[in-house]
Amino acid sequence: MDLYEHEARDLFAAHGVPVSAGLVATTPEEARAAATAIGGAVVVKAQVKTGGRGKAGGVRFAPSPDDAASAADAVLGMDIKGHTVHKVLVTAASEIAQEYYFSFLLDRANRTFLAMASVEGGVEIEEIAASTPSALARVPVDALAGVDLAKAHEIVAAAGLPVEVAPVVVALWEVFVTEDATLVEVNPLARTKTGEVLALDGKVTLDDNAAFRHPGHAAFADDHAGDPLERAAREKGLNYVKLDGEIGVIGNGAGLVMSTLDVVAQASTELGGSGPANFLDIGGGASAQVMADGLEVVLGDPGVRSVVVNVFGGITACDAVADGIVRALEILGDQARKPIVVRLDGNNVDEGRRILKTADHPLITLADTMDGAAHQAASLAAQGV
Amino acid sequence: MAIFLNEGSRVVVQGMTGSEGTKHTRRMLAAGTNVVGGVNARKAGLSVDFDGRSLPVFGDVAEAMAKTGADVSVLFVPPRFARDAVVEAVDAGIGMAVVITEGIPVHDTAAFWAHAVRSGRTRIVGPNCPGVISPGKANAGIIPADITKPGGIGLVSKSGTLTYQLMHELRDFGFSTCVGIGGDPIVGTTHIDAIAAFEEDPDTELIVMIGEIGGDAEERAAEFVRDNVSKPVIGYVAGFTAPEGRTMGHAGAIVSGSSGTAAAKQEALEAAGIRVGRTPGEAAALARALLEA
Repeated sequence: MDLYEHEARDLFAAHGVPVSAGLVATTPEEARAAATAIGGAVVVKAQVKTGGRGKAGGVRFAPSPDDAASAADAVLGMDIKGHTVHKVLVTAASEIAQEYYFSFLLDRANRTFLAMASVEGGVEIEEIAASTPSALARVPVDALAGVDLAKAHEIVAAAGLPVEVAPVVVALWEVFVTEDATLVEVNPLARTKTGEVLALDGKVTLDDNAAFRHPGHAAFADDHAGDPLERAAREKGLNYVKLDGEIGVIGNGAGLVMSTLDVVAQASTELGGSGPANFLDIGGGASAQVMADGLEVVLGDPGVRSVVVNVFGGITACDAVADGIVRALEILGDQARKPIVVRLDGNNVDEGRRILKTADHPLITLADTMDGAAHQAASLAAQGV
Repeated sequence: MAIFLNEGSRVVVQGMTGSEGTKHTRRMLAAGTNVVGGVNARKAGLSVDFDGRSLPVFGDVAEAMAKTGADVSVLFVPPRFARDAVVEAVDAGIGMAVVITEGIPVHDTAAFWAHAVRSGRTRIVGPNCPGVISPGKANAGIIPADITKPGGIGLVSKSGTLTYQLMHELRDFGFSTCVGIGGDPIVGTTHIDAIAAFEEDPDTELIVMIGEIGGDAEERAAEFVRDNVSKPVIGYVAGFTAPEGRTMGHAGAIVSGSSGTAAAKQEALEAAGIRVGRTPGEAAALARALLEA
C-alpha cells in the first residue's frame, strides 16, 4: 500500500524524523486557517499517489494565508496523471541550502535491503540514475544487522552527504523496519540555511502482508482511490485488478491468470478488440461461492462482452470447479447475460466437462485449450453477442 | 538423480497438524514421499494417522532430525509464525526448507534468508511457492503428483498453476524435477540456482524456465544460461498485459516504472539464445520439437 505524503510525514514525525510544520486541508478555507496557524510563508502541496505533481502545478508557494487559500482553490480538484486531488498538505516554507535524495528499499536481486543516497536531490531518482549515476550511492543493508549510527555514517559518507544527516538516516531506518515498509523515500531531504536537516517530501510503501501486526495501518486504506468494481471485489475478498478491455478473465493462480490475459490480448488484437477487462485470480480452492462472487464482479463490469474461465485443476478437481460454475449461474440467474467460455484441464477434467455438458447452460461454451478459449471469447466479444 | 529432492529424502512437515498441513502430508505420502514426521511444539509426543500410517509429532525440527534423520522440511506454518519456524529449521541444520506459506511479511523473509545464508547449511525454497517434486521419487509441497511421470525435463517457475500447466502439456515426456520458486519479491532459491543444478543433473536433458513480471530474476537467469548452460533451455514469461504499478496476484508480480516488464524479460531470454514461447502452449511445443528431434 502506497501512502500519501501527509501520511508518510506523520509516520516520519512519529519516529523522530525531522519534518516541517504541516496541516492537511480539503477546502481553501481550511488551507487559509492552516497557513494562519503555521505562520509565515507556506507551501500548498497536492496529495496524490503519483510523481510529477510539481511539474503539473500541484505544488505552490504561498506567502500569505490568502495566497494559501487561492493556491488550494487552484490545486483541489486538479487532475494529475489521472489522480484527482482531494486534499492538500500545507507546510511551512523552508529556506533550502541544499537538496539531497535518500531512500531505503528492497533489493530483490540481492535478497536484502538497500540504502540509496545522493547529493543531487529534488529531481526524480530515475533522472539522477540516468544523468549522474556516479552521484547515486547504493549501500547494501543486512536485514539482521540493520542500520545503527555507524552504518548510517558509512551510507552518508558513501554519498558525500554531511554528517548531520546520519541521525536522520537512523530514524528513517526505524520507520522502514518498525512500520514494515518496502520503500521509504525522502526527496528532497533538505539542509536549510539555518543548518537544519528536514524531510521535505516522503514516499512510503507498506507491506500488505504485514497488516496483521499493524492494526493502525488500516486507517491508511484509501476511500477515494480505486475503481468501484475493485472495491466490490475487495469486499468479497477477491484478487481483482480492473483493466480497460472487453473480455472478462477468471482463472486460478496468479501466473496462469496473467498468462490468460496475455493470450486473450493477442486473440483480441487480431480481431480488432480491446483485450482483457480484468485480472481475477480465484485461487486454489474454487468453491461455488467464490466462482459466483467472481462471475458477479466480472459480469458487473458494463464493458464486458464475453468471459473466459481458465482453470487448471491441480489440487482442486475440475468437477468441483464445474459444479461451482453451474451453481454460480444458478445463484446469479438473470444477472448473467454474457457468454462464458470455459477451459478446464488437469485433475478430473472428463467429469468436469461432463458436468458442464449436462448442465447445457445457454451461456456456456466449452473450449479444449487455453488458446482456443481466448480466441472463442474474443470472437464472441467481437460479435457483440 | 533429479535435483534437490529424491527417493532418499526424508521429509518432516512443520505445521503438519494444521488443516493444509494434514491434507498435503496425506498427498505427499500417497506420492511415495518418505515423510517421517511433523513438528508442533504443542502436540509433541502425539502421533497422527494417515490412512493407516502413523506419523510422530516432534517438539522441534532438531528433535525430528535426531530421531528420524530428516533432511528436508516442508512448512505450512501461518505467516505470523513463519519466520521463527524457518529459523528453527535452519538452526537445526536441515538441508532444505520448502516454505509453502503465502503472505509472509517481506522483512521476515529477508531476515530468515540472511540467517540461512549465515548458517551456510540450508537451502530455502519459497516462500509463497508450490514446492519441489521429483516425479516418481518424492514430493515436498503441494504440486499434484499425478500430472506426469519421471523423465528428462527440468522445470523452474515462479508460478504454481503455470508449472502444473506445463507439466500437463509435456506429461508424455516426464520430468526430472519441478521447482516452484515462488512469487514473492524475495525468494530463497532462484531460477539460476535451479538451472545450475539442472545443468549438472544427468537425468535432465532439457530445461524449461517460467518467469513473470517483477524484479530482474529472469534477466539475470538469461545471462547465466548464456555463460554457463549447455543444455537446451525453453522459456516462457507471463504478464505482458499487466499495467504498471499494480500487483498481479503474487506479491512480487509488479511492474515498477519501466523495470520488471515481460517484454524486457523475453528480450533478455531471447538475446541469450533461449527459445521463448508466446503462450504456455507454444513453449510446450518448442520443448516437444527439441525432445522429438
